[in-house]
Amino acid sequence: MSESESLVERYLSEWMKKDEIEPDIVIEQRYRHYIWRKWVFMFACIVVAFIVIGLSLTIGTYPISFQETYQIIWDHIVGNIQDPAKDEVIFDLRMPRIMAGILAGAGLAVAGACMQSTLKNPLADPFTTGVSSGATLGATLAIILGISIGGAGIVSNAFVFALIPTAMMVAISRMKSASPTMMIMAGIAIMYLFGAITTMLKMWSDPDDLKSLYMWEVGSLGLADWEGIIVMVPIVIVGVIVIQLLSRQLNVMATGDENAMALGVDASKLRSITLVVVALIAATIVSFTGMIGFVGLVCPHVVRIVIGADNRYLIPASAMFGIALLLAADLIGRTIIAPTVIQVGVITSFLGGPMFLWLILRNKSKVWG
Amino acid sequence: MTTIEVSNLSFGYSQKMVIEDINLKIDQPGLYCILGPNGVGKSTLIKCLNKINKPSTGTVSIDGQDLKGMSSKEISKYIGYVPVGGNDMFSMPVIDAILIGRYTQQKWKTTAEDISIVNRTMRLLGISSLALHGYNELSAGQHQKVAIARGLVQEAPILLLDEPTANLDVRYQVYIAELLKGLTRKTGMTVVMISHDLNITAKYADQIIMMAPPGRIHKVGTPEEVITKETINEIYGVNCEVLTDSEGKPHVILGSALWIDE
Repeated sequence: MSESESLVERYLSEWMKKDEIEPDIVIEQRYRHYIWRKWVFMFACIVVAFIVIGLSLTIGTYPISFQETYQIIWDHIVGNIQDPAKDEVIFDLRMPRIMAGILAGAGLAVAGACMQSTLKNPLADPFTTGVSSGATLGATLAIILGISIGGAGIVSNAFVFALIPTAMMVAISRMKSASPTMMIMAGIAIMYLFGAITTMLKMWSDPDDLKSLYMWEVGSLGLADWEGIIVMVPIVIVGVIVIQLLSRQLNVMATGDENAMALGVDASKLRSITLVVVALIAATIVSFTGMIGFVGLVCPHVVRIVIGADNRYLIPASAMFGIALLLAADLIGRTIIAPTVIQVGVITSFLGGPMFLWLILRNKSKVWG
Repeated sequence: MTTIEVSNLSFGYSQKMVIEDINLKIDQPGLYCILGPNGVGKSTLIKCLNKINKPSTGTVSIDGQDLKGMSSKEISKYIGYVPVGGNDMFSMPVIDAILIGRYTQQKWKTTAEDISIVNRTMRLLGISSLALHGYNELSAGQHQKVAIARGLVQEAPILLLDEPTANLDVRYQVYIAELLKGLTRKTGMTVVMISHDLNITAKYADQIIMMAPPGRIHKVGTPEEVITKETINEIYGVNCEVLTDSEGKPHVILGSALWIDE
């Protein structure tokens, strides 16, 4: 027996002794620490969101303190309302904005994380996949031409048109030679086509319609009311749960479609399912809040840098980070030069842009392939 | 012992067939190497063995069960697969990247057993020190070792590998070949791998499947039967001498190329 053969023999014998090998304590400890860091990050996001919610609820002409807000919420939940006026202010006037922030922050961040994983493209988000441009075209048709699908004006139009690019991407994904790159390029083609139609419609519109369209395009958490929230809640919550349940398959798919198939995951089918689910989430949110950019694209990347690309943790952590970031941005936008309100999308880009730039320059080789 | 039987298998894209009329039976544990020139359909054949490619005609069966009637999840319990190169999009630590290979056995939570086999496999492949390094920080050869580790932790009785030694240095080319052969001896596994290295194949393979254009099997046999001057001359278009090494295995001394494809 040669020396190298004995080396293989030795390592193979060790490999086969399932219970007799001493665990590698250092690796196991460091791995546990690494998992622990993910939980700490998620917990920190929840704490930030909790504080920001309290602060946001204090903003308005009716004075309510930070501590009072949580007391009022608790009293409302247990059915022991002490001050009906304050309860009305919190729940009827201020809470829809917070709920919209929670749903939009979580939903858009999860949609972005999932689109980036399934399409294997770090630039995939509701914008680059055409969902947002579809919604804009739908809203433009409603505002400028008065065309309404389903009778609910901007909301129903935005929703229906937002799903068109996704339907096209899913159709392409069923083609035999379709690749994720082809799908995202199709999304970009649709984005430009819808963008061109929207621009043409704007050329023929009057100034009032243009102003309405602009307000919708910049997006705001203040656009949503309780009726909208009631529609958003089940779609976003069910959608996020479905994506979370599929997160292990998403991990497998990240290793390549063929490898996924060899591990029992039908990548093409999974891609179609997840795209439909995230498109429903994104379309619902965009329909009610307008176009809130940045969250879907950048939140997942920031989270990947901090806790890694394991979708089992990335999906919930993106949701929590999205909530914290969006609510914090909205709070800053409403207070920094009050009473003038800066739209939330502007603040998320101002806050997140430099932070993201710093993170990608610091971690350039660690996160992306 | 899990057997694979391929009958009258053909596979192609649109009208063009890549492999045609393949018949093959693997019913003994061992290291099976597929050889042949570029574009002859080696990877296509290996992907038909686990239904990544669905045959245009013919059948592939495992233990008498036609793959056509089996889900990819069922197949993954019988067959592990190591693709050529690594193409993970977003980086995760090596330990997580290998844990993905446990998908078929793993429940939601990573268990101590999962960690144990991943640890042992990293040690087996000499990559324990990379356990918590990001996948995208690794070299091509290290990616290859991670891919092999991912295939091994799947713990399937058959392992298919597409050029597993392509990016490795000489020491690891030899070590991986010895390892794969050792696995077949110690565990009774069947390993099917594609290779372009005639001498490593000749030294370690139990059986060689030599493919030739246009996508057919030219010869199946032991290294002594397949690695001959005439076969290499005819299939690869290379002048050579075939010597016999101290263990009685063929050893190819390459001469010059005789033609290139038009």
